[in-house]
Amino acid sequence: MNELTVSVSPHIRSARTTRSIMLDVILALMPALVASVFIFGARTLLLTAVSAAACVLCEYLWEKGHKMPITIGDLSAVVTGILLAYNVPVSMPVWQLIVGDAAAILVAKMLFGGIGCNFMNPALVGRIVLMFSFTSEMTAYVFPKTSIDALSSATPLTVLDKLDMSALPQLLYGVHGGVIGETCMIALLLGGVYLVARKVISPAIPLSYLGATLLFTWLFGGAQPILAIFSGGVMLGAIFMATDYVTSPFTTKGKLIFGLGCGFITAVIRVFGNYNEGVTFAILLMNLVVPYINDLTMTKPLGGVTEK
Amino acid sequence: MKKLSGVRVPHRKNTAERVPERMPVPPAITLPMNMHIGAPAKPVVAAGDEVRVGQLVAEAGGFVSSPVYSGVSGKVKKLDEVLTSAGQKVPAILIETDGLQTPADFTPPTVTDTKSFIEAVRQSGVVGLGGAGFPTAVKLSVKDLSQIEAVVINGAECEPYITSDTRTMLDQPELVLKGIELLQKYLSAKRVIFAIEDNKPDCLRLYREKTKGLSGVEVQSLPAVYPQGGEKVLIYHTTGRVVPEGGLPIDAGAVVINCTTLAAIARYVTTGVPLYEKVVTVDGSAVKEPKNVIVPIGTPMQAVFDFCGGFKAPAKKVLYGGPMMGIAVPDTDQPVLKTTNALLAFDEKDAILPETTACIRCGTCIRTCPMKLMPVEIEHAWNMNDGEHLKKLKVNLCMECGCCAYVCPARRPLVQVNKLAKATLAGYNADQNAEAEKAAAHAAAKVEKGAEKK
Repeated sequence: MNELTVSVSPHIRSARTTRSIMLDVILALMPALVASVFIFGARTLLLTAVSAAACVLCEYLWEKGHKMPITIGDLSAVVTGILLAYNVPVSMPVWQLIVGDAAAILVAKMLFGGIGCNFMNPALVGRIVLMFSFTSEMTAYVFPKTSIDALSSATPLTVLDKLDMSALPQLLYGVHGGVIGETCMIALLLGGVYLVARKVISPAIPLSYLGATLLFTWLFGGAQPILAIFSGGVMLGAIFMATDYVTSPFTTKGKLIFGLGCGFITAVIRVFGNYNEGVTFAILLMNLVVPYINDLTMTKPLGGVTEK
Repeated sequence: MKKLSGVRVPHRKNTAERVPERMPVPPAITLPMNMHIGAPAKPVVAAGDEVRVGQLVAEAGGFVSSPVYSGVSGKVKKLDEVLTSAGQKVPAILIETDGLQTPADFTPPTVTDTKSFIEAVRQSGVVGLGGAGFPTAVKLSVKDLSQIEAVVINGAECEPYITSDTRTMLDQPELVLKGIELLQKYLSAKRVIFAIEDNKPDCLRLYREKTKGLSGVEVQSLPAVYPQGGEKVLIYHTTGRVVPEGGLPIDAGAVVINCTTLAAIARYVTTGVPLYEKVVTVDGSAVKEPKNVIVPIGTPMQAVFDFCGGFKAPAKKVLYGGPMMGIAVPDTDQPVLKTTNALLAFDEKDAILPETTACIRCGTCIRTCPMKLMPVEIEHAWNMNDGEHLKKLKVNLCMECGCCAYVCPARRPLVQVNKLAKATLAGYNADQNAEAEKAAAHAAAKVEKGAEKK
């Protein structure tokens, strides 16, 4: 007798899988990589490739060692690796970057149960580890040879008060100091538009994050609020890091609250803090309150009757 | 008004142009007594009895029940128990056919008022033919007719592959229109809404034309977004009303009736021919020649597939109904039921079960759920056996349409989980009630004791 498969409906599934989503994110990150090669040189390729490979290897070894199913095929480790590489300067020693990758994957992700279980963005945890372990290397911003004016002598964030709106085009092209993946706004925005068009991410978090950064920077009397959202890591963070599924709220309402909080903290740190960059802390802190946001923004089922 | 969520599933309505063909009479049919929701029907024939086409073989077994008619002429072989696809053993009547198809005497029922109309619907053996199987007479037994603000005729047919409703609409407009007339007359329906998905322009055109002069009848074109034909979704999209939790459509002033169900009622009222055969869409990657077939109810699936040229590749998964909500069967000996609108057979490639991976908490299931439930949270609560949270998440409102599982990138079996979570919730509610009763009894005893002391 011919054996029939019996399973619960539905019997068809959409084409989208975790792997295809991650592939879309990797694609969306490519314009920024291309831009970084032009701005900082070919070493950015090496850093990105090594970082991605190190993340995948860490995940593989952990799972192999624990006799768990190997999940590197979902490509999420590749995304983490690329994002962490984008958060270091071009001069970063490779071995130090690998330390960051190990922290990101092993500590932030695998210790908590792997994909879907981490409560903080792994790439940002990796960045924090690098920031405190190798502070001088992490802030040794190498400046592009091609740029010609004030911008080339510092990262824009530290000199925002000396700039005016005429600096906007240069910020958009990203030909200035900074970490390798954050400078070219055009490339990042291109990736963001692709992700929204493919419905991989909802625009709620990037828009509320950037909007809140602009608003609070202005309210707190920070210099050049409009230029502020085009400088530093806020664009990279808003489009690629704050939108991480696992560590952001489910509903649109929740996402708006999350983005708002990220923007608020970013502006506070940037305007009042000692660091000139607050994106990492902003997103990580908001990651921690995601469960509470989710509880506050539960959906109201159609026709649902609340008990008195 | 914001539309409810859903998914644009592939249509695959390959058989929409295929006018139903009558298949040869099978050698034997099996009529289970539970082809509807409610009490099983009671057989009125015994082994050895001669039956004719359209003859009553089982009467309704209660108020929420429905009679069963034979679709063939022949001899009752035996009354037996059969194992259904759901794994229950139910009584069934097995009839061996003589191939003559001798018809019974059909006399149209006398319908003069609402009561006699509903009695006729009860006698017709008609149940929700869209797939739900709820006895239509019960559905139409509205206490106060003035409660009915709108009768919605469901011509959405939102499941992929299925075209049997499409064929009813195109091939039997006179019955559908007669049905509308009956609804207006005996249910005093002031507003009749004929809801058809926009992927059936032929049906829309036909009924816009046919209902032009009729007052109180409107044809609404709805976007082809699954599950448009879901009762609550359809009511919301056509009338803007919400069926409250635990309530019936009538609580939102609506009665929904499937177009094929309506045609079957109209046939019985005009000719006295009850429900004993069905148009069934036969399709799927394993079927050689997909088509629509007129099948006597009770015919084994295999005979229907054979009529469609058999399988071009070994069938590895066979369904009652569409791919979103259809029920997979363990073998092709299962009979065609009253509620069967499609038989789908899939080859090996389409039968492979997707590999489930870890939930990435993307929330797509939440944004896709037409009922605005939170499948990801329901799964978590179910894993924790947290009945209280399941109650808060209102898993009981889930209609198991399958949108969440369809879109899940981690391929999690969310419908299966929701079914299990409903059982968990039911158990939790029962425990809560038992505890409350115990507490009440305890309190009462205390009061009694206090009274004695005094």
